[in-house]
Amino acid sequence: MASNEPGASPPSARVQVLNWSLAFLLAALVFYFSFHQVNYTWNWGAVYKYRQKFVQGWLATVFISFASLGLSVTIGLFFALARRSAFLPLRYLSKLYVELVRGTPLLVQILIFFYVVANAFGVSNRYLVGVLTLSFFSGAYIAEVIRAGIESVGKSQLESAKAIGLTRAQTYRYVVFPQALRQTLPPLAGQFVSLIKDSSLLSVIAISEFTLNARDVNSYTFSTLESYIPLAIGYLILTLPISLLTRHLEQRFRYET
Amino acid sequence: MRVGGQSCSSSSSISFRKESKTTEDEDEHDSTGWPGWGFVSLVKLNLHKISKYFDGHLVLDAVTLALEKVHTLVLIGPSGGGKSTLLRIIAGLEFPEAGEVQINDERVIFQEEPLLRHRRTVGTVFQAFNLFPHLTALQNITLPLEKVHGHTPAEAEEIARQFLTRFRLEKHASKRPAELSGGQRQRVAIARAVSIKPRLLLFDEPTSALDPEMTAEVLDLIKQLRDEGRDFILVTHEMGFARQIADHVALLADGRIAESGSVEAVLEHPATAAARDFLSRVLKY
Repeated sequence: MASNEPGASPPSARVQVLNWSLAFLLAALVFYFSFHQVNYTWNWGAVYKYRQKFVQGWLATVFISFASLGLSVTIGLFFALARRSAFLPLRYLSKLYVELVRGTPLLVQILIFFYVVANAFGVSNRYLVGVLTLSFFSGAYIAEVIRAGIESVGKSQLESAKAIGLTRAQTYRYVVFPQALRQTLPPLAGQFVSLIKDSSLLSVIAISEFTLNARDVNSYTFSTLESYIPLAIGYLILTLPISLLTRHLEQRFRYET
Repeated sequence: MRVGGQSCSSSSSISFRKESKTTEDEDEHDSTGWPGWGFVSLVKLNLHKISKYFDGHLVLDAVTLALEKVHTLVLIGPSGGGKSTLLRIIAGLEFPEAGEVQINDERVIFQEEPLLRHRRTVGTVFQAFNLFPHLTALQNITLPLEKVHGHTPAEAEEIARQFLTRFRLEKHASKRPAELSGGQRQRVAIARAVSIKPRLLLFDEPTSALDPEMTAEVLDLIKQLRDEGRDFILVTHEMGFARQIADHVALLADGRIAESGSVEAVLEHPATAAARDFLSRVLKY
């Protein structure tokens, strides 16, 4: 039994490997049993012919995800700060944005954005529309995450910053953000992972991303699982490093208050 | 150096920096050996009819106090009497509803811009340390030196290390506040306040969150600062300490100055009932 107290030293490498193997074995057993029971006949050959489509789709998803990631952080930061603005219209706009976006399905947002807003503004590039929609969707969640992080920084810290003569901008830069970052990392990572998976919904406006390609392959080959299992693995390849990286960063920014 | 002039009115970060340059040589040969010791001034403090409300409740009621040639002013009085609020107004952290503050004949203007400049010329130390938890002891001191007072990172680090050494904290330079004892944290906070060469130090109950042993190490340090000729205003509950270091004592009760004068006059021969009442309670044990 390992201690789960914060700050306890991690178990030795050998113990870790052994226990990880056990966990994998258990998961593998469950899946093996399930597939064995339904007697599924695998036909990887048919799907393998379309491997190029998987690669292309995956790359499109990588591109869309990373573009949206960057843009959504910018949007989230803007609305988080707008929420704290002394200028009321800006503050209320921020509230309205967050509530509207978080309260409605992404599917509806994609359709409205694509068929109405993008048309009205003459944006014809679907990929651009896709990235914008995803960014605005994710930005609302990120705005809330950042706002909570900023609010977690104590009043005494702001007072201290004021007393040493920092300007408002300097206070954010050197006192608030570094401390808020620690609070926001875990929920932010969760949001990034969601964003990558949510990009699959862009298939409804015929953006040729990963999920759309997998669905195409399925309809050509009628090999459902052979089409969708690589899809799951492809998303994991993107999302797992994010989780691991965040855990690493969390360790680095760890300090007691 | 600062005596009787308006020299402080232009204490923007730039002029501060110039000043630190010109006084560098003096500092090195300073008889006290204290780093960053630039000037010994006699503070002239003028508080005129300062009033402050919190939620409709009158905390300071037209407080007036005029002092000249005072190195150490100690504010005492019952909790809720308004002494911390008064100190925070002098520090530029609270806006008074009415009244005027003058330091060395220079009026403190209670507007964001000039107030920011004012805060940069005083060093404030709080009850609860208020160091930045994500920065090391060293970084806590260098942050204002670099970002507010325009020192290069190398200069800032040198100044900070000198103070840490002086305050016997050099071993703790790279520790974060959580790894320091309460007394060490408060000494770092004092180092941060002193290192910017403030014209006035303001201590708001600097020992009330500390146990007796740590209280002693912080009070020793404050006493040293006084002996080096630093000017400060101190809010404290430590009557024995107040007696040792004060040039002037003001006793605040119910938002008014009940008593003001030398240590002798206020602590030994209080004239008002409010002061006698307070002193009989705190000096009982």
